This record gives sequence, C-alpha cells and structure tokens, in this order.
Amino acid sequence: MEILFFLSSGLFLGWSLGANDAANVFGTAVGTRMVSFRAAAIVCSIFIILGATISGAGAAHTLGRLGAVNALAGSFTVALAAALATFWMTRLKIPVSTSQAIVGAIIGWNFYSSSVTDAASLTKIMTTWVACPLISALIAVSLFILVRWVINLSKPHLLRLDAGTRWGLLAVGAFGSYSLGANNIANVMGVFMPDNPFSDLSVFGLFSLTGTQQLFFLGAVAISVGVFTYSERVMGTVGGGLVRISPVPALVIVLAQSITLFLFASQGLEHFLASRGLPTIPLVPVSSSQAVVGAILGISLFKGAPIRYNVLGGISLGWLATPIVAGVLAYFLLFFVENVFDQQVSRVVEYRIDGPVRTELIRRGVDAEGLGELGDELFTNSVKFKHDLEKSAGLDDQHVSLVMDMSRLGLWDVEEAVIANDVDTHWLTTGQLDALRSLSGRQFVHAWRFHQALAEASPEWRMKPKATVNKQANKELKKKLEYIERLFKVASPSANPEKEQS
Amino acid sequence: MSLFKSSHNIETKIDGFFDTVAEGGLVYRAGVRAYLAGDTADFEHAIVSIDKLESQADKLSKEVEAHLYSHSLIPEHRGDVLGLLENSDNMIDTAKTCLYQFSVEQPSVPEEFHDGFRKLADSGFSAVEAVIVSARAFFKDVNSVKDNLYKVHHFEKEADGISDRLKRSVFASDLELAHKIHLRYFALNVERVSDRAEEVADRLAIYAIKRTI
Repeated sequence: MEILFFLSSGLFLGWSLGANDAANVFGTAVGTRMVSFRAAAIVCSIFIILGATISGAGAAHTLGRLGAVNALAGSFTVALAAALATFWMTRLKIPVSTSQAIVGAIIGWNFYSSSVTDAASLTKIMTTWVACPLISALIAVSLFILVRWVINLSKPHLLRLDAGTRWGLLAVGAFGSYSLGANNIANVMGVFMPDNPFSDLSVFGLFSLTGTQQLFFLGAVAISVGVFTYSERVMGTVGGGLVRISPVPALVIVLAQSITLFLFASQGLEHFLASRGLPTIPLVPVSSSQAVVGAILGISLFKGAPIRYNVLGGISLGWLATPIVAGVLAYFLLFFVENVFDQQVSRVVEYRIDGPVRTELIRRGVDAEGLGELGDELFTNSVKFKHDLEKSAGLDDQHVSLVMDMSRLGLWDVEEAVIANDVDTHWLTTGQLDALRSLSGRQFVHAWRFHQALAEASPEWRMKPKATVNKQANKELKKKLEYIERLFKVASPSANPEKEQS
Repeated sequence: MSLFKSSHNIETKIDGFFDTVAEGGLVYRAGVRAYLAGDTADFEHAIVSIDKLESQADKLSKEVEAHLYSHSLIPEHRGDVLGLLENSDNMIDTAKTCLYQFSVEQPSVPEEFHDGFRKLADSGFSAVEAVIVSARAFFKDVNSVKDNLYKVHHFEKEADGISDRLKRSVFASDLELAHKIHLRYFALNVERVSDRAEEVADRLAIYAIKRTI
C-alpha cells in the first residue's frame, strides 16, 4: 500500500507534464483554431498512452532520471518538487521543460543528501536554454522558406491548403504526442518500477500486459488527464500569446520542433550515419518546450511579425526559475519528509580505496601517489570524498569520477533464484545469460568487479572501443549493466569487504 | 480523407457562386442593351434570368457560409471569405435592382443617349468580370490577385467618366427637367454596378495581403 502512496507523486508529475508539454505538440494547432482543443486533447491522449505503453516500456529497464535518487521516499519527494515547479509554471501559462524541473529537483536532493552534482547536468540545462531555441529557429526559418516556395509553386486552393495543413497538424501532433509519451514515461514512472504493485495481466486472452506496461499505462493516463484538464493555458501562450500565428507557420513550427529533436537528440540517427561512414550531427541537449518557442520566434523575426516581449520575458524567467524552484522546493520538502514523516529520503553511499581498487586505478592510469594520502579511509559523504580527491590527490575531473565510481561499496550477490526468476531473458543475449549463470553464487562488494567478472565470462559483456559507431551499443550495454547491478544488489554500503569472492 | 472531400465540395460551390455572379454581369449588360433596343422579349428574359441567378447566388453563398462554420474550415480567412462572397453578391443584387427599375419605371431614353447607357453597362460588366477573376485568384493563386485589380479600378473610373458625360449631355438637352432627372437617376443606377465591383476590389486587396504566407 505504501507504494501506492509514493506512486501518487509520480502521477502528479505525469499530470503536470501533460498540462505543460501538450502545448509543445498541439499549442499552435489549437491556437490557430485549426484543431479544436477537444480534438487535440483526444488525439494527444491516445498517442501519449500508445507511446508510453508500447515504446516507453521498451526502455523500461532504466529508472529514468529519478533513478539517481536512491530511496523511494526521496524519489517521491523529488518527483513532488518537480511536479509542483512545473504546475506553478503551468499556472503562469509558461511552457517549460519538465526534465529540467526534475534535474533541478535532483540537484536539490544532491545538496540535501550530500551527494555530488554532476557539473555536466548544469551545463546541459544552460546550453539547452540558448542552443536549442537557436537551432530550432534556424530550422524553422529554413523550413518556412521551403514550404512557402512549394506553396507558391503548387498554388493549392485555399480550402485544400487548409485541409492539408489541418491533417499535417494532426499528424505531427499525434507523432509528437507518441514521442512525448515514449520519452517521458520513464521519468514519471520509471523510479517506481522496482516496487511495481502490478503483475502481468491477460486482456480477454487477446494480448497480455506486463506489470511495467500497466504501470506505464497508469502514468500515461495521468499525463492524459493533465492534457484534458489543464493544458489549455500553456497552449494559449504557444498558440498565440507570444506571437499571432497563421496555420501554415503553425505547422512549420511543430515540424521544426520535431526535426530539431530528431536531428540533434537522436542517437539512432547518429548510429545510422556513423555505421555508414557518414559524418554525424553533433548531439546537443534539446527540449521540446525550448524548441517550440525558438521556432515561433524564428519565424516571427523572419516575417517581421510583432512579438509580445512581456510574454517572452516571462517565458525566459520561467525557464530560469523552473530548475531553481524545483531544487529549492525539493530541499525543503526532503527536510520535511525526513523529519516530520520519519521517512528515509536517501541512502548513504560509502567509498573506500582499498587494495584491489588502488591496483585497478593505477592500471587505468590514475596517479597512485595522491591516492596514498587517502589510505583505507571509509568515506560516507560523497561531496567530501570528491573534495578530498580534488585537493589532496590533485586529480582531474575525469579521474575523480573514475575513482569515485570504482571505490563505491555495496554488496552484489549473484543468486541463482534471481537469475532464474527475475532476469529479463528476452532482453539479455544467450551469451550474456550464460556468463551471468557462470557467476552464480558469487558475491561482489564493488560494482566494477562484478562488471569485470561478467566481461571475463563473455565478450558480450565487454564495452566496444570508444567510437561514434559503437556509442549506441555501449549505451545499451551500460543500461544492461545498471539493470544487473540493481537486480543483484542485496545491500548498500556497510557491506563487509571480506565477503568478496573473485 | 473526409476533410479533403469536404473541401472539394465547398470549392465547387465557391466556383459555382462566382460563375453565377459573372453570368449575372452578362445578363445585366444584355438586359440594358435589350431595353435600349426596345427588344421586350429579350429584356423580360433577362429579368427572369437575373432573378434566378440572384437567388442561386444567395443560396450558394449561404451554403458555403454554413459549411465553413459548421466544419470550422479556414478559421483565419473565414471572415474574409464570407465578406468577399457577401460583397460579390451585392454586385448581382445591384444588377438585378437596376434591371427591375427599368422594368418598373420604363424610362424613355432618347436615341442620342443610348450609346452612353450601353457603354456604362459595358464598363459595369467589365468591372464585374475583372473582379471575379481576382476573387477566384484569391482562392487559388493569391499572388496574382492584384494583377486584375487595377483593371477593376480602370473600368470603374471609365464608368464614372461615361456617367458624368452622359449626365452632362442629358442636362444640356431640351428635355423636360423631370425627364432629365429621371435619366440621371438611371445613369446612376447603371453606374452603381461598377461601384459595387470596386468595393469588392478594395476588400480583395486587403484580404490578399492577409492571405500572403
């Protein structure tokens, strides 16, 4: 029952996401009155549910962003803070990135739990604010010129153009909604997967839904309810509040947004190009909210249409405020949840640079002299550990993160029962499963030793050389390793290093 | 696909509407000519025709209006299209009123003024014809709308000139003052069709700018 309570904040986050992000896919269509709000909400909801249940569940082995939070009550609170921040922005009719609200809330959790914040996530947010609208604006203007040229050349009847634009807006909106569901459901529901209260269900013997699919379906329904009940506000801003938009530019805007996300965030495309020896497009952090606003501004500036700068100022402030508000809220809510409701919001992560870790680090090129000063000391505060590594050992960022990763303690027990009952045999290859079985009965206190043992048992558990063409395969392998790690972890920290058998 | 089928249906109706208005222009010119020529049968036929055409144009424009609203089509240009249809309908209404006035009041037009009245009706018809070409372009090729609009202004100006000369010559004649005033009234009536065409042209110029992508 406890899980159902914790699930509520995930559902609230889903609701906020629907209320805010639906505007990115249907805002311009509704704003130009080409598609009624009701029709948009129905199409959007159907495709969000399909995307979340079909494609979202495909990536169900990842916990989403909130996976960084290592206690369920912590995840609940972080999701609640992100949802509240997004909800506030929705009340102000500002399109914001829900992912940034989540990242902001996680940073709040990092501060609260003395965990290290990855500097890259901050840089990523700031890059998204600038680069994403800029890229999207350029794509929108290029696409607009092209579309205008085609229309002037083909001279369609006003009514035919209207019908075509309407179909286009519906189709792109449906596609965008599908992606919205598929890409965001893990952020909304992923963290609750290990405690999923649902079991597999057969629907009239026609098809069966896994527990994860049911959980994701529930999350998608929450997003859809958000779309129906509260998305009209932000749609008003995107579809006409910022700039008055005509139907054809409205279609160009959503198309430009989709293209921006596809070109600059698609690892599938990057892999496709790299595997054919073609130059790849650099991946840039992008967000659909930022892309849609960039596209609107690009076309307006190109056409010389008047922009409502007060609305634009509000949106910019909203972008800036979202992660900050989410972070601050998370910090205070965590304090409240921990001290008033007596819930564990974070688990201590322990680090120790013991003999085997030191040997492996030296093998991997880390300067051993600096590490010597840190000795066999047990660290329970990652911020302090990081600080010591930087100051005492004088390591650079890359080596600091390597040392932290390798010296992290835990207890992983490769139990035969877990291999037989819990491992997803469809996802892992036969070679990977065999390797796992060969480790049956062994225990590890370091995740990297577990990885190493797997790699020794089968080449299918080995990372490929660093190259763009291998990026996707390595990412998939990393996901599998994280999944295996999570599945076999029996205790965090305080594990007895003597137990390790390798 | 019903969206495309529905739009094709309404396209046909809009085309039919402009065909009707253009035909109304032709009938108006033929009617004035028949009256001046004293050809009663042709004139009566024109009266019957313009009556039918005016009803047909009304019916079509109402159907288009209802369809555009009930299917929420062209939300951005719906008002403009309805304004365009309404104003175009005014042209045929004015033409009908003009012929009816000839039929009711049976003005006596001396031979020397026939040419002026004929030319006035010709200019009115030409203005209607040119504005219909532009109106059709508004739907299909907005960039060429202005290509015909100058013709409308030209014919309207021409009609103004003809009307002015006609009225001057009427008042310079030896006719009774009441007769002169009656003829002036008819000159104004015949001229009014080109004025309506110019009103449509003025609106079209603005609608075309709004519709440019």
